[in-house]
Amino acid sequence: MSDRLILGIESSCDETGVGIVRLGEDGSLELLADEVASSVEEHARFGGVVPEVASRAHLEAMVPTMRRALDASGAELSQIHSIAVTAGPGLAGALLVGVSAAKAYAAALGKPLYGVNHLAGHVAADTLQHGALPNRCLALLVSGGHSQLLLVEGGLANSITEIGSTVDDAAGEAYDKVARLLDLPYPGGPPIDKLAKQGNGCAIAFPRGLTGPRDAKYDFSFSGLKTSVARWVERAERAGEEIPLADVAASFQEAVADVLTAKAIRAAKDLKVDTLVISGGVAANSRLSGLAAERCAEAGIELRVPRPRLCTDNGAMIAALGAHLVAAGAKPSPMDLSTTPGLPVGTVQIL
Amino acid sequence: MLVLAVDTATPAVTAGVVELAPDSPPRLLAKRVTLNAKAHGELLTPHISDSLEEAGHTFADLDAIVVGAGPGPFTGLRVGLATAAALGQALNRPVYPVATTDAIARDAASGHPLLVATDARRKEVYWAAYDAAGRRTDGPHVERPQDLAEKLPALGVHHATGEGAEIYQEILGLELLGAKHPTPEGLVAAAAAEVLAKARPAALTPLYLRRPDAVEPTGRKRVTRA
Ligand SMILES: [Zn+2]
Repeated sequence: MSDRLILGIESSCDETGVGIVRLGEDGSLELLADEVASSVEEHARFGGVVPEVASRAHLEAMVPTMRRALDASGAELSQIHSIAVTAGPGLAGALLVGVSAAKAYAAALGKPLYGVNHLAGHVAADTLQHGALPNRCLALLVSGGHSQLLLVEGGLANSITEIGSTVDDAAGEAYDKVARLLDLPYPGGPPIDKLAKQGNGCAIAFPRGLTGPRDAKYDFSFSGLKTSVARWVERAERAGEEIPLADVAASFQEAVADVLTAKAIRAAKDLKVDTLVISGGVAANSRLSGLAAERCAEAGIELRVPRPRLCTDNGAMIAALGAHLVAAGAKPSPMDLSTTPGLPVGTVQIL
Repeated sequence: MLVLAVDTATPAVTAGVVELAPDSPPRLLAKRVTLNAKAHGELLTPHISDSLEEAGHTFADLDAIVVGAGPGPFTGLRVGLATAAALGQALNRPVYPVATTDAIARDAASGHPLLVATDARRKEVYWAAYDAAGRRTDGPHVERPQDLAEKLPALGVHHATGEGAEIYQEILGLELLGAKHPTPEGLVAAAAAEVLAKARPAALTPLYLRRPDAVEPTGRKRVTRA
């Protein structure tokens, strides 16, 4: 058996992604193309992703993004071995564009189709940079749409168990809401991170959600934190004080990074896992990755964070997950595959 | 010429393989149609493959693709366009968009001025008007049937077809014809001249006719940066 080219299509939120990965005979992965068209700017004035705007953008971007990915890889569609596509979780209308296109490519080319889980794709992204995962590892997924702690056992094609998740807002959502409060642009992650670097993260003691002795050990809550930041700012405004924006941003960011890393390390210790993967758009946050590195080093845990481009939504991560499934000999998905907006993370592939 | 026709702008998930030759009406070889407004995504590609198989052809035999560009409910509508666009790219074949109402008007072939109205949900219809020869004279638009009814005397139509015309027949007061969802032959007929001429296809732009529902936040931002 020779090398196989796996195509990945992603359209679950506001990025249209097409990636191409070469799966070697030895199971190694080589990234050949990773093209993304984003509609993020079209959502900025609404302060969050507008599903219909995202769906329209996916339809416009799909064919050109595919063209760019093929050009970048130097491959033709006829050389593709298998096609993987995000079937969930995500926005219903957005998912449908990618899945419809993927089915058409697969049918026209006579290639197998794999409808896969977007969250598992975020973990798979790391294998493009750092190679195969150990037999057991923990993954922390943090983005505008997700905040999850996952236990991955026996490889991505085998078993993924959610051991914790947010009970309200996703971490990235909290960033967007606090950014709005501080009059910073959308998405809120990068501007808050930048502003926080000039501030003191210990200046204001914002609450750490769900960290009480009786709280769910591995679940997250960011809604109370966001409210607490809003109250603090309102109080200062009423008192006529000047708002120390950098300190507010740094203290908010500290609270988020503290809770995420503390819970991830605790889970790793409890479950006796010695590798932590952090992925998703918020993984690029400097305080989160910095604090995670410190705490993992202390605890003797290996930390793996893919480069920012691989952390955000893209087609390469879906191609990577598809490659893991092909390598594991998984059966293709049926051509009447449906999208599943609420797909649980335990379902790596829809059959 | 062997032409694949697809449409997902109405509750019908429509795929068919049609033979097209100059100077004769399109001839249907095989089709698959399912009435289910929620199943476009699941069924369209299987319907295409099954139609081709029944017609005794493969994807490689196709010369062109015709797709209904709406208007229609957005989520379903995009399935047909995304599918057709990807097929065209994978097979390197031209993809011709046609207004779905044009295809339905061809199917009705009434010989009278005709209103085609499909269901736009939210108590509105997508509509277009056609002359006795089947040429579109107005539309497509999206409108409340009450408002459309006031325009009917000026449009000069006495016949109507389509699911919207059926649902709001009492308001519109037109004689109802049977064509409801576009057929593969109707779709191909609506694009026949361009397909036969091997014309450069128009852009695959959906006829949305409505803006996305989205409101800009109006709440006052709390802090203004110095
Ligand atoms: Zn994601």
